[in-house]
Amino acid sequence: MSSTTNSTLSGATTGAATDLLQIDNLGKRFGGFVALDNISISVRPGERLGLIGPNGSGKSTLVNCICGTLQNEQGSVRFAGRRLDGATAHQRTRLGLSRTFQLPRPFASLSLLDNMRIPLLYTVAARGGGHLHDVEARCVDLLREVGLEDKARRLPRDLTQVEMRKLELARAMAAEPKLLIADESMAGLTHSEVEEILALLQRLSAQGVTIILIEHIMRAVMSFSQRLVVLVSGKKIADGLPNDVMRDPGVERAYLGQ
Amino acid sequence: MRTDVFFIIWLAIGAALYAWAVTFGNDYLFFAGYVVLQYVVLATAWNILGGYCGYVNFGSAAFFALGAYSSVAIHKFHPLPIPFLVLFGGVVSGVVGFGMGYLTLRLRGAFFSIATLALAVVLETLVVNWDYVGGSRGAYIVRPETIEPFGAYIKYLFLIMLVLAICAITVARLIERSRLGYGFATVRDDELAAEASGVPTLRLKLIATTISGGLMGMAGAPFPYYIGYLQPSSAFGLDYAVNSIAMPLIGGTTSWVGPLIGAILLGSLQQIATVTISSAVNLLIVGCLLVAFVIVAPSGITGLVRKYLPYKPAALVGRRVKKDASGSAPGVAP
Repeated sequence: MSSTTNSTLSGATTGAATDLLQIDNLGKRFGGFVALDNISISVRPGERLGLIGPNGSGKSTLVNCICGTLQNEQGSVRFAGRRLDGATAHQRTRLGLSRTFQLPRPFASLSLLDNMRIPLLYTVAARGGGHLHDVEARCVDLLREVGLEDKARRLPRDLTQVEMRKLELARAMAAEPKLLIADESMAGLTHSEVEEILALLQRLSAQGVTIILIEHIMRAVMSFSQRLVVLVSGKKIADGLPNDVMRDPGVERAYLGQ
Repeated sequence: MRTDVFFIIWLAIGAALYAWAVTFGNDYLFFAGYVVLQYVVLATAWNILGGYCGYVNFGSAAFFALGAYSSVAIHKFHPLPIPFLVLFGGVVSGVVGFGMGYLTLRLRGAFFSIATLALAVVLETLVVNWDYVGGSRGAYIVRPETIEPFGAYIKYLFLIMLVLAICAITVARLIERSRLGYGFATVRDDELAAEASGVPTLRLKLIATTISGGLMGMAGAPFPYYIGYLQPSSAFGLDYAVNSIAMPLIGGTTSWVGPLIGAILLGSLQQIATVTISSAVNLLIVGCLLVAFVIVAPSGITGLVRKYLPYKPAALVGRRVKKDASGSAPGVAP
């Protein structure tokens, strides 16, 4: 994992060739509403980036533009040295970009095991995953990592809220991504459940997965992130070390008002 | 069970059925049986798109009619053996199915269904105005009374439809247990999540509309020879659209068994009603059964059986899987 402690407020926007994800001047509007305005962010391999901002600041739109659910109208997204513009969501997933959804979207008619199977069959195998000898065993392993192996044969509707979040994370991880975007994986969870998810994300990070964490629970964001990016009204207003960013007057204004 | 074993078993069942019908039945049995088998193909084909992928197609009659009219067109140009016509009808309808899928790529739910309905209307208008195949006057197909070595021509047609029905359920089962089947299930459940898991949803949708349309066209191809006189209103009949939706819904949409059971049950009931009461009751039967099933067993007969099964085997919730992409049904009733 690369060291990111020296990242500065200015250094983050000039993307070096080694960046895993590089977003340049990204713009997206919905009719007359500017959802994203000239966003530039770069993420280094192995980094743990926190992305915060008030509701409606464009966090999810940004994720959707990165992952191909929405196409950006302006600027570019580069991932692992490749321009992603125009690529569909599934192509981006195959390149190594995984996401979870803010509201969990499991495959409701498939068992947990088969929920894991989909990314294995369609992403890992499509990449030429020669190690996929026993898909079922791999599915169980993935569920075991998030502690859901007992419910492998159950349907998603039998899960609790926190288990649903874990399923969402496990399915994203089943695609063996280089970069994982966790979109509010902890919203609505209790204190101890937040800790569980956080521990899970820490473990993934330790395995070398780059993670972008989008979250409102500041305690979690501050303990997890090596760097913070703040979006307000579709604009990036801060980018740097978490403690520096939180002391930034612009960020304080956005969150606490004048 | 492997697909080839499955296919051979069903061929054996089909052979037994045919032998039984030849030995004990009269020609009427073949006339009625042909229609039931035709519905097995139509219902199975509809279910590949409607049940597996969750795209409700109201235009089944259009694909069926395309198959029938492509046979008429070829027959007028140069008569060919029916198996060739079946293949040709399948190709024509498959191509139109692909086109429909392409044009409606971004439509879902009711919007997609209305688009398929529109397709049926557009195609019917085209056929009505196409003189070569008879236009609104219709077309006569004079078929021989007998054909060797089957005897009566209807026995030959019955046999063709029997083989077609077996092929259709084999294809459906093959899809169900393959990577494609899992992909279809994710299209049905959540396309956004499917894309995020690497599933090329648009491509899968095109594959489904093509296979589904193609099979419906194949079911329609021998129809002109069966009916002898084909007119747009009979080929594009409401019965086909309604039945091919109702049969899978009554049988159950999540596996190949559902449309088969639904088609045999509903198709036979209609045939019995046709000779005992009147063919006008057919749609009434469908309507009443649909209402009953929506209330009593929303996930069809197969769903009902699953619900009351003494145990819940892994094969039904999640699947027993040996290796790779071989599983069983793509999903259980929600």
